[in-house]
Amino acid sequence: MEWETVIGLEIHTQLATKSKIFSGAATAYGAEPNTQACAVDLGLPGVLPVLNKEAITMGVKFGLALDAEIGMTSAFDRKNYFYPDLPKGYQTTQMDYPIVGKGSLTIELEDGSTKVVGVTRAHLEEDAGKSLHEDFQGMTGIDLNRAGTPLLEIVSEPDMSSAKEAVAYMRKMHSLVRYIGISDGNMQEGSFRCDANVSVRPKGQKEFGTRAELKNINSFRFVERAINIEVERQIDLLEAGGSVVQETRLYDADKDETRSMRSKEEANDYRYFPCPDLLPVKISQEFVDELKANLPELPDVKKARFVETFALKAEDASTLTSSREMAEYFEVVAEKCGDGKLAANWVIGELSGYLNKEDTDIASSPVTAEMLALLITRIKDNTISGKIAKQVFEAMWKGEGDADAIIDSKGLKQITDTGAIEAIVDEIIAANPEQVEQFKAGKEKVLGFFVGQCMKASKGKANPGQLNQMIRDKLK
Amino acid sequence: MHSKTIAELAAGLKKGDFSSEELTKSFLQRVKEFDPDINSFITVSEDHALAQARVADESIAKGNASALTGIPFAQKDIFCTNGIKTTCGSKMLDNFIAPYDATVIHNFNQAGSVMLGKTNMDEFAMGSSNETSFYGGVKNPWDSSTVPGGSSGGSAACVAARLVPASTGTDTGGSIRQPAALCGITGLKPTYGRVSRYGMIAFASSLDQAGTFTQTAEDAAMMLNVMAGFDEKDSTSIEKEVPDYTANLNQDLKGLKIGLPKEYFGEGLNADVAKVVEDAIAEYKKMGAEVVDISLPNSHLSVPAYYVIAPAECSSNLSRFDGVRYGYRCEDPKDLEDLYKRSRGEGFGDEVKRRIMIGAYALSAGYYDAYYLKAQKIRRLISDDFKQAFEKVDVIMGPTSPEVAFKAGEKSDDPVSMYLSDIYTIATNLAGLPGMSVPCGFANNLPVGLQIIGDHFDESRLLNVAHQYQQTTDWHKQMPEAYK
Amino acid sequence: MSLDKNDVEKIAHLARLAIAEEDIPGYAASLSSILELVEQMNAVDTENVSAMAHPQDAYQRLREDVVTEENQREHFQKNAPEVEKGLYLVPQVIE
Repeated sequence: MEWETVIGLEIHTQLATKSKIFSGAATAYGAEPNTQACAVDLGLPGVLPVLNKEAITMGVKFGLALDAEIGMTSAFDRKNYFYPDLPKGYQTTQMDYPIVGKGSLTIELEDGSTKVVGVTRAHLEEDAGKSLHEDFQGMTGIDLNRAGTPLLEIVSEPDMSSAKEAVAYMRKMHSLVRYIGISDGNMQEGSFRCDANVSVRPKGQKEFGTRAELKNINSFRFVERAINIEVERQIDLLEAGGSVVQETRLYDADKDETRSMRSKEEANDYRYFPCPDLLPVKISQEFVDELKANLPELPDVKKARFVETFALKAEDASTLTSSREMAEYFEVVAEKCGDGKLAANWVIGELSGYLNKEDTDIASSPVTAEMLALLITRIKDNTISGKIAKQVFEAMWKGEGDADAIIDSKGLKQITDTGAIEAIVDEIIAANPEQVEQFKAGKEKVLGFFVGQCMKASKGKANPGQLNQMIRDKLK
Repeated sequence: MHSKTIAELAAGLKKGDFSSEELTKSFLQRVKEFDPDINSFITVSEDHALAQARVADESIAKGNASALTGIPFAQKDIFCTNGIKTTCGSKMLDNFIAPYDATVIHNFNQAGSVMLGKTNMDEFAMGSSNETSFYGGVKNPWDSSTVPGGSSGGSAACVAARLVPASTGTDTGGSIRQPAALCGITGLKPTYGRVSRYGMIAFASSLDQAGTFTQTAEDAAMMLNVMAGFDEKDSTSIEKEVPDYTANLNQDLKGLKIGLPKEYFGEGLNADVAKVVEDAIAEYKKMGAEVVDISLPNSHLSVPAYYVIAPAECSSNLSRFDGVRYGYRCEDPKDLEDLYKRSRGEGFGDEVKRRIMIGAYALSAGYYDAYYLKAQKIRRLISDDFKQAFEKVDVIMGPTSPEVAFKAGEKSDDPVSMYLSDIYTIATNLAGLPGMSVPCGFANNLPVGLQIIGDHFDESRLLNVAHQYQQTTDWHKQMPEAYK
Repeated sequence: MSLDKNDVEKIAHLARLAIAEEDIPGYAASLSSILELVEQMNAVDTENVSAMAHPQDAYQRLREDVVTEENQREHFQKNAPEVEKGLYLVPQVIE
């Protein structure tokens, strides 16, 4: 039988506020346990929540970026359940009136086609603390520093039909929240994580199959892996005549399998009801309009502009706009050196290569946009060749100075003096009579040999264009 | 000295007739002498009180005193007091030393007043007789075989016995007005949102409101001046200017329109109580007030709606008591679930468990619409009844409680009959309105309270209406023989 | 609505309350009588009535995003039943 996969994602992204959603405690990552858990976060008797304006602002920005419905009046509810990392015994979240309503996100697939994925809603809620299982003689330690950190939960429609689509959606969302500055998107620190609802059904069937929820996946690679494995598991199960149980499953990266998380636990009854400690949140049209006016240029718009302004290939423009930092870096390089195509090649090629190799991000690149622009300028004004430029780039990466300083100190300046080049060319022609004959006999390819030899003799400093022309003239 | 009002004591302090330290010592002495009988205090904070008194005396000497500087108060043990045990009447918090001050406590401290101690109460403010307290029941100073009412029973009894000039309480469904009535003192529950709830251990968040127990309306006004106000830590406190509540006390009542809801004088009201309340209303007519018959047609639904909404909110509010970060933890939990269930099962008393279960049930899947949502709609109807009434009248009057203080043990096995003792007070909480109970006579030698309900934020008028009555009657000056 | 033993056990579990076996019938009876009281609401048609969650028609005030709280861990943990290395300890949580 042919099967069809149905995937919906719930992404939890921590908002980059300074203080928590309902208290004035700091949200900084990595503090000593429970040193950033104030009376409100600990759920001490008598404490009350007060809503952080920035969380609302960020929620609205996200809605605007998706061109989604904005919840002009939103409200908070309590989701009741007992867990040691949930100090109050309920999570404050938005149930019936979320800050963001229906919207959509266009993703690009590997074959270059696009797909629109529906976004059901996005709502604000508080994060829970963390349980630490090591070192306590059979006890679990609870750190509540993270409790109360604002989260935006972004819920998609079950519109994705492969793990690859799910990853494309997640990447695009990741890029978007960072573009608009509402989250640092740091996946190692758990600032951006996702739950995947996965089901399969016979191809052509309308009704959804029973779904499993894969919890807390915190990398793009694992999302793809976890979904593929889960799809396989479900298909195997169904083909063997079994049925899928609706449950929460955990992806174990070490064992590369998914396993049931709460087999013993009965279906949760969260007893949602409106939080009586918080009033409905009303925002004005002016507030929304102002945020809209100040929204940064979004990836899709930026991409179109790059194609248009810098005559880039769509694919390159996509790569360059995949993160706001890269796009901004590129734009500085392109403007300063005046050559968008060369700038794109260098950013996507050499720079990205080094960044990957050293596992660092563009913001901490030792070669700044200004430095790269100068390097490209030196290629364009024939001071150095593209090949030598790579050598200069490496030196810049190692912190040896800017392009001019390196070219100078290493004597890499291109030889443009016709006399000097002519001497080299003459010498090489004289030393290779056999190849001269071949060329004369019509073997054009031999030209490359001469250029290579001359280049070598000049230690790469001869201007390749000039060299080419001169050899051709001399061999005629 | 112990029968003096706050206003009289403040004048005496200012004149130098006595110091705050003397005053504090004399009330502490009364607490020591009489409270073993009454059991109105859970904690007496003697050292703390004397230290505060000495600071107050310095302020008075320097001329920096405000109206309540140096006046001793008792605080209901529902308000968190930094460094002082705060139990909420529960075994769950028997070992809990609050690490911060409630805003109400902070405000009293700022005013330079003295806290004598923390008063007994029904566990987590759930009760109408003070019998659910982990620390034992409180005796009504008028008749030790009867209850003082609840949940703020300790706060009411200690003022009735003049162990302290005044105290604070909280009122979720009548927990200030009913014990004030049963103990023959003046109780004020302000408009929801008038006084900050920060640091006041929540029972039902959309209903709870802090207020006062005093001998007189004037004293209540003086206390409310200190307690009321917007608090940025409480999202439900209202950003509205606080008037001087003593300013309008002396206005006459000519032309005042008093609404008498027929539902508050019907079946279920004790005939002797009815007579006393009617006499009080006749007194108002003599003062020039006009009486208008009104109807609050959904009154009979207030107790049913309340017993969904309050338990629903409490079931969630009390989830934080789980034996993890503070409070009672059971011995040797065998696993996490055991820790939760036994800590909560052993730490909470029966009534609290009952209400948590009712609330959990009313919110659970399949029942939410029939119970919780329905109750919220009824709440709207009840609130609308009052809205319409206040288009016609200035205040609403009736009995505070359908009967006088009942015998200890009389209703403790029958929760529903206990709940019905708040039949006249609960609706105002659902609507968020301010209400008072003022002593207006006796039935069977026990005090009767007149309830006065006002429109939102109309505390000034309520206090004026109560004060004027206290200028022509002396019911509020009566005190139980044994504590004179 | 009358609750039986099974209902009481379910609710007690939901609310994480240990109830002694012998106390269950008492709870079943009192909870049932409370529900009976509550069900008087059913006599009223509320079809077109809007739910009232708050006693005031007000909207949420928003706080500026400023860190105002300092570390008070030692102070707060004086009330904790069991702590180690700054963590609150609970019986092993198994996932």
